[in-house]
Amino acid sequence: MAKELLKGNEAIAEAAIRSGLEAYFGYPITPQTELLEWLSRRMPELGRTFLQAESELAAINMVYGAACTGARVMTSSSSPGISLMMEGISYIAGTEIPVVLVDVMRGGPGLGNIAPAQGDYNQIVHGGGHGDFHPIVLAPASVQESIDLTVEAFDLADKYRAIVVVLIDGSIGQMMEPAELPPMQPIQKRNQEWAVTGAKDRERRILSSIYIDPEDEEVINFRLLERWNEIEANELRYKEYFMEDAELVVIGFGTAGRVALSAVRAARSEGIPVGLLRPITVSPFPYARIKEQTELACGMLVVEMNSGQMLQDVLAAVGGKIPVEFYGRMGGVVPLPDEILAEIRRLCYEPVAPSANPRISWMNRMNITKN
Amino acid sequence: MQTEIVIAGFGGQGVLFAGQVLAYAAMDNGKEVTWIPSYGPEMRGGTANCTVIIADEEIGSPMVRHPQALIAMNLPSLDKYESLIIEHGTLIVNTSLIERPVQRDDLHSVLIPANEIAEALGDKRMTNIVMVGALLAQEPVLPIEAIEAALQDHLPERHKKLLPLNYQALREGAEFVRKERIG
Repeated sequence: MAKELLKGNEAIAEAAIRSGLEAYFGYPITPQTELLEWLSRRMPELGRTFLQAESELAAINMVYGAACTGARVMTSSSSPGISLMMEGISYIAGTEIPVVLVDVMRGGPGLGNIAPAQGDYNQIVHGGGHGDFHPIVLAPASVQESIDLTVEAFDLADKYRAIVVVLIDGSIGQMMEPAELPPMQPIQKRNQEWAVTGAKDRERRILSSIYIDPEDEEVINFRLLERWNEIEANELRYKEYFMEDAELVVIGFGTAGRVALSAVRAARSEGIPVGLLRPITVSPFPYARIKEQTELACGMLVVEMNSGQMLQDVLAAVGGKIPVEFYGRMGGVVPLPDEILAEIRRLCYEPVAPSANPRISWMNRMNITKN
Repeated sequence: MQTEIVIAGFGGQGVLFAGQVLAYAAMDNGKEVTWIPSYGPEMRGGTANCTVIIADEEIGSPMVRHPQALIAMNLPSLDKYESLIIEHGTLIVNTSLIERPVQRDDLHSVLIPANEIAEALGDKRMTNIVMVGALLAQEPVLPIEAIEAALQDHLPERHKKLLPLNYQALREGAEFVRKERIG
């Protein structure tokens, strides 16, 4: 199929359709509204369900119900809307059913603004509702990757009966790039052994997240954890640039990762031996790969569009073996390549004390440049 | 090789579409390209802009601080971006709406009365395409023919009748730059 010039939000919507999306429930919010808009036109055209709910709370519970039938279902929103969905997300996790969720992050906290941000990292990767569970979180950095990972999201959700989140920010949602859509998959009747489809001529099935007896609930918790271990072992994805001989490593996901790529290229052209590691799955997180790199590298720089949420995961992976520095912009401000290049140069030419707190030193530097 | 182009003006001047035409043409010519709009509240009644990056390899940041080229459709756009253009970069100024002179002397500046040219063609909606023609004459990141093909292939069906006028607008914009150079 030929490449088309596609907007991120619309590309994700169409990729979901072509992955056999049977029902979508959602509520408009900038900067993800085009996703919902696209589906509002295409889904009825195909005889499938599109429903604009009265709120995000309603939408996620509709998704919950529809997913229980074994249908491929999805919802999407942006940061404040995702916050509203948290209860439902936990119920879905506790019921062990597959759901795909798209979060097009914007500036926050609170109502914030509609500019691109990555402040939902903790909410999605380490939060995602109460209780013990982990969603799979895919963080594309381009329109093509958004398409490919949306297709994968549905397969992963089915495979692990898990929630899979496609985590992007407003700029990827709004950006147009040439990309290739997948071929249209027919809607499959998958006959899962757990789905509630009407118990005619078979034993009835019950899907619930209520286990009154703590012993029973613990069994479920162990099962979720076993599945998670399997996911961690099998589903790690990341992309590396210039890593073969990298003495410095920049780590960033999504938009921050691709902005960093420009800075890394510029630094390379100045002869600085720097590479880029861009996690594509931020959950599971490439701890082992980062730890391995501490044997070869003498410093790392984490770049995010938040206050250093993924930084904590990188620090856990590095375990104090080499200095880790942080550079972030918040509230909807996107870092530009020259800012990251300046950080790379600093890391290269000015030694960093391994004991320094990367967030505090970053804040100090920001104050120096701001005042 | 990478070229960054910012196109800026009022909402309604076809700023976003002009960027998309460049992006389509770049894609059809096998280039890597990103098109990213300003989608903030500033779009309502204020300025609209988009950044188009055309490159030979995977594009990193879709936004840059210092673009190679600027199409300034109105005064606020020139005021906002003139100082940010890369040294010896390209600046296309719509003098129909911008009266002040260009302040920087290191730029390759084209001062073009794009509204008047479009109106002489009979349709002031062609202003954006006149500006694209001027840009490509000054900064030949894509051939004019590539833009024509992109318009042919991607202009919505209901606007196809405007194709000849679009082609003319492109040529007029480019021609203006050539004449300036000779004159």
